Amino acid sequence: MEIPYVTKLRPDTGLYNAKVGIWLFLASEVMLFGALFSSYILLRVGAAPGTWPHGLLNIPIGAVNTLVLITSSITVVMAWASLKMNQFGRFKMYQAITLLCALTFVGIKSYEYHDKFTHYQVVLEDGTAHTGHIEGSPMFWNKTRLEGGLNPKTGKPRYAAIDHIMFHPDAPKGHGAEHAEHPAAMRIETKNIKKLECYGPFHSTYLAIYFTLTGLHALHVIGGALVIFMIWGPLSKMWKTDPERYTNRIEVSGLFWHFVDLVWIFLFPVLYLL
Amino acid sequence: MSDHAHDAHDVKKAVRRYLLVFFALIVGTIITVAVNYLHFHSVVLTITIALFIATVKAFLVAGYFMHLISERKMIYGILAATAFFFAGLMYLTIWSMEPQNLVHYKQHVP
Repeated sequence: MEIPYVTKLRPDTGLYNAKVGIWLFLASEVMLFGALFSSYILLRVGAAPGTWPHGLLNIPIGAVNTLVLITSSITVVMAWASLKMNQFGRFKMYQAITLLCALTFVGIKSYEYHDKFTHYQVVLEDGTAHTGHIEGSPMFWNKTRLEGGLNPKTGKPRYAAIDHIMFHPDAPKGHGAEHAEHPAAMRIETKNIKKLECYGPFHSTYLAIYFTLTGLHALHVIGGALVIFMIWGPLSKMWKTDPERYTNRIEVSGLFWHFVDLVWIFLFPVLYLL
Repeated sequence: MSDHAHDAHDVKKAVRRYLLVFFALIVGTIITVAVNYLHFHSVVLTITIALFIATVKAFLVAGYFMHLISERKMIYGILAATAFFFAGLMYLTIWSMEPQNLVHYKQHVP
């Protein structure tokens, strides 16, 4: 059975069916991200004065990722325009750049995540607190992990206990020569540690909503890139058999990609700057 | 742009517009970051500027890259319904934060 209105416009809507479908899907996506944004507002405004963290994220890296997504948006629309002008070679080039941008975005995001998972806050028994990195850059360590971590089923330690860590504190924030150098590494005994935690989603409300929003967005980037890759590569034979339908597929996947860019346009200032 | 209007000639004209929008988006991003480093005394002013630029950038992407500037009525209908429910969601969020409407938080009464 032939699928109706894949290229021909439906008389009552004036559109081909996939276009109505993607817009309905994007409407549901607006509500999904809208719910998370409203949660962010609720948490941000509800936080006690002075407790909402600032400066945890690297603004230049976030700005570069914004420029990468904007670049991918122009290449997606240029790819579609190339097909409209019957320039298949140019289309291939533009979508290849889009895919490279998608990979770059996910790569930079992974670097940011890794940086947070290896960045620690340690509170000592005497009440002093430090932020920095543990030698070897392990991820997700805490005091239980240093003590061996108990297996809940057997009650036995899961790892060899560590009696101390070498901690490299962050350089003091600010400008000037005294802020340029990192303080010397500290040897901290496990018995002197009251709390050890990396800047993962469990660290604070801010990081919980940061990882939720950016994680969901990154999943959209990966999903969109996979669809674009499939149409660009394995499914590109359709250009020879049904070019109009192929162009429509590019338009629909492009609409999704622009939406992903649009979400990031708001995520960047909200999470990195405010 | 509506589907039927996309002949090669129209698209050639649109390409220049796409490039202009692209440069506007880059400039918008640079201004957003620059404003953050200027350290205005008013937090409200900083937030307002950042969100205003983000809204303009969103309008450019939706209007020109997604062709909403000249779409079919059906699409506008879908988006109008979405905007209505989105506005309702945000209104409920802001309403719930008013001190007299603390629906999400019950104060302990001894």
